Amino acid sequence: MKRMIIDGISCEFENARNVLEVAKQNHIDIPSLCYCESLSVYGGCRLCVVENERGAVEAACTMVPKDGMVIRTNTAKLRKHRQMILELLLVSHRSECTTCDKSGKCKLQEYAKRYGVKDVRFPINYCKEPIDNSSDCIVRDPSKCILCGKCVRMCAEIQNVRAIDIANRGSSSIVSCGFGRKLADSDCVGCGQCAAVCPTGALMIKNEVSEMWKAIYNSSKSVAVQVAPAVRVGIAEEFGLPADVPVMGKIVTALRMLGVDYIFDTSLTADLTIMEESAEFMEKLKNGDKLPMFTSCCPAWIKRVENKYPHLMPQVSTCGSPMEMFGALIRQQYADEDVFSVAVMPCTAKKAEAKRPELIKDDERLVDLVLTTQELARMIDEAGIDFAHLPDSEPDSPFNTYTGAGVIFGVTGGVTEAVIRHVLGATTDESICKIAECGVRGLEGIKAFEITAGDVQLKIAVANGLANADKLIEKIESGEEFFHFVEIMACPNGCIGGGGQPSACQVRKAERYEGIFVADSECSLRSSEQNPALDGVYKLLRNRAHDLLHVHYPDHKAE
Amino acid sequence: MTKVDFKLIDSILEKYGCDKSKIIPIMQEIQAEYKFLPEAALMYVADKIGETYAELYGVATFYKDFSLNEKGKYVIKVCNGTACHVRKSDDVQEALYEITGMKPGDYISADGLFTIERVACLGACGLAPVCTVNGVVHPQMTPDKMRALIMDLREAERS
Amino acid sequence: MKIQSRQMLEDFRAESLKKLNCQSKQILVCGGSGCVAGGSLKIYDKFRELMERKGIKVDVILQDHVDHGDAVGLKKSGCHGFCEIGPLVRIEPAGLLYIKCKVEDCEEIIEESILGDNVIDRLVYHDNGRSYSRQEDIPFYKQQTRVALTNCGRIDAESIEEYIAVGGYSALSKALFDMSPDDIINEVTESGLRGRGGAGFPTGKKWAQVAAHKDAPVKYIVCNGDEGDPGAFMDCSVMEGNPHKMIEGIIIAAIACGSTEGYIYVRAEYPLAVLRLQKAIEDAEAYGILGDDILGSGKSFNLQICKGAGAFVCGEGTAMQESIEGKRGMPRTKPPRSVDKGLFDAPTSLNNVETFANVPDIINKGAKWYSSIGTEGNSGTKVFSLAGNIKNTGLIEVPMGTTLREIVFNIGGGVKSGNFKAVQIGGPAGCCLTEDHLDLPLDFDSTKKIGAIIGSGGLVVMGDDTCMVEIARFFMSFSTNESCGKCTTCREGIPKIQEILERITHGTGELEDIDMLQELSAVVKTCSLCGLGKNATNPVVSTLKYFKDEYIAHVKDKKCPAGVCRSLCTMWIDPIKCIGCTKCARNCPVGAITGQLRKPHTIDVEKCIKCRECKVGCPKHAIKEV
Repeated sequence: MKRMIIDGISCEFENARNVLEVAKQNHIDIPSLCYCESLSVYGGCRLCVVENERGAVEAACTMVPKDGMVIRTNTAKLRKHRQMILELLLVSHRSECTTCDKSGKCKLQEYAKRYGVKDVRFPINYCKEPIDNSSDCIVRDPSKCILCGKCVRMCAEIQNVRAIDIANRGSSSIVSCGFGRKLADSDCVGCGQCAAVCPTGALMIKNEVSEMWKAIYNSSKSVAVQVAPAVRVGIAEEFGLPADVPVMGKIVTALRMLGVDYIFDTSLTADLTIMEESAEFMEKLKNGDKLPMFTSCCPAWIKRVENKYPHLMPQVSTCGSPMEMFGALIRQQYADEDVFSVAVMPCTAKKAEAKRPELIKDDERLVDLVLTTQELARMIDEAGIDFAHLPDSEPDSPFNTYTGAGVIFGVTGGVTEAVIRHVLGATTDESICKIAECGVRGLEGIKAFEITAGDVQLKIAVANGLANADKLIEKIESGEEFFHFVEIMACPNGCIGGGGQPSACQVRKAERYEGIFVADSECSLRSSEQNPALDGVYKLLRNRAHDLLHVHYPDHKAE
Repeated sequence: MTKVDFKLIDSILEKYGCDKSKIIPIMQEIQAEYKFLPEAALMYVADKIGETYAELYGVATFYKDFSLNEKGKYVIKVCNGTACHVRKSDDVQEALYEITGMKPGDYISADGLFTIERVACLGACGLAPVCTVNGVVHPQMTPDKMRALIMDLREAERS
Repeated sequence: MKIQSRQMLEDFRAESLKKLNCQSKQILVCGGSGCVAGGSLKIYDKFRELMERKGIKVDVILQDHVDHGDAVGLKKSGCHGFCEIGPLVRIEPAGLLYIKCKVEDCEEIIEESILGDNVIDRLVYHDNGRSYSRQEDIPFYKQQTRVALTNCGRIDAESIEEYIAVGGYSALSKALFDMSPDDIINEVTESGLRGRGGAGFPTGKKWAQVAAHKDAPVKYIVCNGDEGDPGAFMDCSVMEGNPHKMIEGIIIAAIACGSTEGYIYVRAEYPLAVLRLQKAIEDAEAYGILGDDILGSGKSFNLQICKGAGAFVCGEGTAMQESIEGKRGMPRTKPPRSVDKGLFDAPTSLNNVETFANVPDIINKGAKWYSSIGTEGNSGTKVFSLAGNIKNTGLIEVPMGTTLREIVFNIGGGVKSGNFKAVQIGGPAGCCLTEDHLDLPLDFDSTKKIGAIIGSGGLVVMGDDTCMVEIARFFMSFSTNESCGKCTTCREGIPKIQEILERITHGTGELEDIDMLQELSAVVKTCSLCGLGKNATNPVVSTLKYFKDEYIAHVKDKKCPAGVCRSLCTMWIDPIKCIGCTKCARNCPVGAITGQLRKPHTIDVEKCIKCRECKVGCPKHAIKEV
């Protein structure tokens, strides 16, 4: 173990990436606006400067920790420099803290407060580019951008989408889609990871809370809400609760208090997805169709296929996403009622998915509105509900049963594990523990493993993050690797790390991951086919099951 | 609108093997052809070499030599290196704006003849202040010489 | 023809030298950027035409040489350095230097100095009533020591044969056949050669760090020819004037480091340098000096040119690597260092043009010889470009440790007009040195002691007609335009400094502004990401240090002592000089000038809009700005 002294405290470290990380591990928060543990080091904001014994100043994000090093993070000199840096950033930032959606979560605001920046002594001069509202998922406001470059690195390094980059240079720099285009015309898949890392209000989830209030307050409409699996481990953090304790019961109570009429758990249609997708897969396997079959529940991934891999579309499962399936169920169940169908999702891309023409059936959208975990938390706040102290309640019948297999959809590898459970007929704790060891679990970016199903040896791959997906597909297309089944989730770690979740560090995401499996193990039923509600569902859908549960996306880019 | 000859772009791309790292020389060749970078040409290049529009635009707008706007027939670069500055290149620049009727920020003069660029040292400090017209160096400029130069160019256009 | 062995190189050298010696006389027309701009290529064409007309046998290129008996060589040489008095024509073997030549002078030169052996006095350099016919006698040249610039201006810049004839590529063959890579590195290390690009990092040490990556599949040598400092043109002249010398240095570096791939990054503003380098590389490839199996040694090295696209920041090593990779030229964070993970993530040695140009002589003449030049810890020579308000503008090479006084007054001939005030050294990241520093020996360490840098070697001399506040503003506007925008302090801080300086030069500055300048400069200096940002405020800091009174005069008295800042000046007619010609009164667009014919005129300062039309038109230079 190596040791360094930070602010007079002895800090142990081993293989730390930089001094910033060593400090963090030792509960010293060095301010930074451009550093992110999962992205490359940028060194742009310069707030993380620290001072060594000789008075030399260096940025902690690029400082290699060495045994015996002595630094201070809060000297008079540093404080003065940080104040000036913040002042300089505030000059080119449109401050409207009282009305800004980011207020309270804005890093710039937090630091300005922390370092006592009260006065900006230069004329304010922020970027005058208009707000880009074109995307269904994300809103971009260049006037609040501080050019930390996190969004650009996220889009390029983790997602390899590269829909945005910095254009121009110097003080004219701006984050841009290129050639004056808007997000909607770009390769953006709407995953929202850029907004998740944005320290200010320059990139935000499209806020549709007011739509929701409008529907709730409309007495002639009933409001039905489905809640995705990952929400139960994401929302807790917003209210100071640990992530590894699922809070689905509190979410249901809160929704009832908000005035929602019907509340469901999307895990049910996750089970339904497994039934449909497994059948589709077995069929393809039997018919000798081109494999691998790719999963279809992630809308950002679907968008990516359309943009980059249109030729792979025939290999993508035709199963609609669990959200879409639940939307169809609600429409069938409440055919006689004017129901406003809402989905609470960990995902920003779902907002765009709900608006897709393929999700309009019988001239009606299957889902009217998608709210992200963050927006739900905001509504709970707005209603003055003390979430942490809410009692639990149960979702509504008849769709109130689900299995652990449905719940684990929220993590990377979850869909795959649910399929394996179903295919192998694993219903006991023992058999599930065995599956857990086959290679499907874990937060690695790409996992590849084999399972034996009867007399077939199935090769399976799981990827999260679109850059990892690209790597995997390259291997598949080059013939280097072959898989029967491939699960892809656009967001790092799967839906628990979705763009609609409260933004979190990797430690938090690992807790969420644990939380999902806690929820899974608390279920009495663990494999999708055990879900007793499924019979009723198929009865309800009658001969329209295939039509309503499957989606056929166009397999080529509209020319 | 400038018409882009995609066959020509193809031949440039071929020369550089569609190599992403050669994007700067590729753009330099396109600019040598059109005097600026037509948007259609850049988008075509982006698609061919597998860069996104955002990235290509980012590179094109980073370097001052690249222009996404059409340029005048005569591109006049006024050197504002230290040596030229000390020898009053500002006055020359001002005279140039005045006689062409342009102002800082304009891409092209109303008659389409001139584009003014301020550059940071042409490396001919011994002849300060200097300017170049389509690459030809004019040494030891004065406001009067500048006015005369523009008059001559206009005259040449008329005949 | 590929040269496939050491012997073949020596044979070829002997042959080339023989051919060169066959030329009874040589006319070297300066083909440096400065003289080309002055029309030297037209002079070259005229010489050629005249010689053909007069039936003089012309040897244009050594390669095509057939033994004409006493043919006359006509060639475009590299920069002679004395740009102020260009276009320059040198006549060999007499060593005559004709200055400010015109096309009309060509005939006379041929008649007198080629066909005859006479000197045309009106074309030679005159100073203090003395005429200097031989280039080497001119004080400007006499006090220089040329290493990097040897043969620059003496040989045909476009001819590899001439370069070889005068001993070129002998250092390469020594390095290839007599020395191990470690020997080369040791020699360079012992010579004390330090990077000429500005930072002064020991070159041998850098090479050793790259060479230490024994298992790296590919390593790069990058030559930094992105000479962006305004007012500096040293590297330009080396690249244009003697490209092979630099290329030889690059190949030796490659052999020392075990590199097989190299780039020369040249500013786009140097088209002539690009052309000459391109030709030099092609020639070297054709002769087997670049490419596979160099001189039959079995070693390979490929070199290509990368043309910049207009970004000063690309002169910073890591930004340059980004640019070569086809990205936005924004500096990378360190670590990793370039020597470990540089271009395309491979170990990379990045050195400056002038550094490479010093290498062949170090290999040939030895470390001891090199370290005998210059001062302790600062071996060798340094090329400076002298520009601004100075008599002898041009390129000079002097031993490290030469004082500013020697450079400015002895070699440079002093200021051109007015009195000496300051020298801006090191470009936009540099400092202003004053009269107090005239006896400071210029080297890496001594300049560092006073908080200055040699930088790449640009010296811009300023007289008392230069306003130091305005100069600081000029550099800040340069840095604002050239900031890449990556780090907050440089992107946001420098424009704020510039805005304050704009205010001060416009007469609306206040005393608190000076404190703010200091505060901002400190943040930009300590917190910026790259060297360019860290040093960008040096011009402000140094002018504040040495010329604070000028700042105070601007903000407190609303006066510009140098009479530069227009908003702070008033136009004034010197009644002693004014002859009352009325021209100014007629030129004035606002009717601010009045006076009777043949009587001194006066300007109504209330009406005056400071357009200077009066001043420009005055035949007696009677109108002043005060």
